[in-house]
Amino acid sequence: MTFRKYLVLAGVTVFAAAGDSMLSHGMKQAGNISIHHLQGVVLAVLNPWVAVGILLLLAFFAAYTNALSWADLTYVLPATSLGYVLLALVAKFALHEQVSPLRWLGIALISGGVGFVAGGPALTAHSNVGESKSPPCRTERDKDGAPDAEAMTANERASALSTGGER
Amino acid sequence: MRHVYTWGGILVVVFFSVVGDILIARAMKQVGDVHALLRRAGLWTVVGRILSNSNFFLGVTAMAVAFFSLLFALSWGDVSLVAPAAASLTFIGNAFAAKIFLHEKVDRRRWIAAVLVAAGVALLAG
Repeated sequence: MTFRKYLVLAGVTVFAAAGDSMLSHGMKQAGNISIHHLQGVVLAVLNPWVAVGILLLLAFFAAYTNALSWADLTYVLPATSLGYVLLALVAKFALHEQVSPLRWLGIALISGGVGFVAGGPALTAHSNVGESKSPPCRTERDKDGAPDAEAMTANERASALSTGGER
Repeated sequence: MRHVYTWGGILVVVFFSVVGDILIARAMKQVGDVHALLRRAGLWTVVGRILSNSNFFLGVTAMAVAFFSLLFALSWGDVSLVAPAAASLTFIGNAFAAKIFLHEKVDRRRWIAAVLVAAGVALLAG
């Protein structure tokens, strides 16, 4: 894991939390949308909170796909779940909402889960050069999908390593 | 009867969320490490590779279906049940699906993480 990759994971976390809360704030201002009044959706997008929320969620998606290109799904999802904790803390300290003991327990559980997954390897070592400590094993994963693309990425990893590798 | 609709809706949301996440994760593994690719081939090659990947489009479609079924489920059931239940079950479903379909090594550490986060999300949003 490089500093840049931690930055991407932080981006996934923060963009998702900020985007969701801005969308939620904006949609409460914009009012209800029903299936019979779909023009309401267009009006909602004109709300600045909704517009910024959508931009942030696009940034989230870019960071999320970026992270999935070099880490396992079962690593990225728990590692970025601190966003829920972030939302609760914002509610407590910025919005001065009441955070019940049950919610504090939820925060503790999520933080514990993040700690657990962060201590392990980010990527399952299949056939290519991974960062995992487990021994590399070739599985039938490479049979489907695009074998050429797989071979190419392996070459790219090799060339990236020979030209200095990760910073 | 209302419960059946609500939980049916939740399961549909979870199903499409998991399918979307798995397909996008698979697509991005086929594209390869974006950081290395960016350095070597530039932004447009990366964008081109992602946009020409069919799994990526199927995944985005599945995520869109999950989003709209969430809206429907929310109109049937309470937000305080539907939103945390869907988010929480998606974590567990993803752990199973990633092991089966992506052949990720879901060891004890990752199972514990998935269960802790799922429980925490359920408590936090409930």
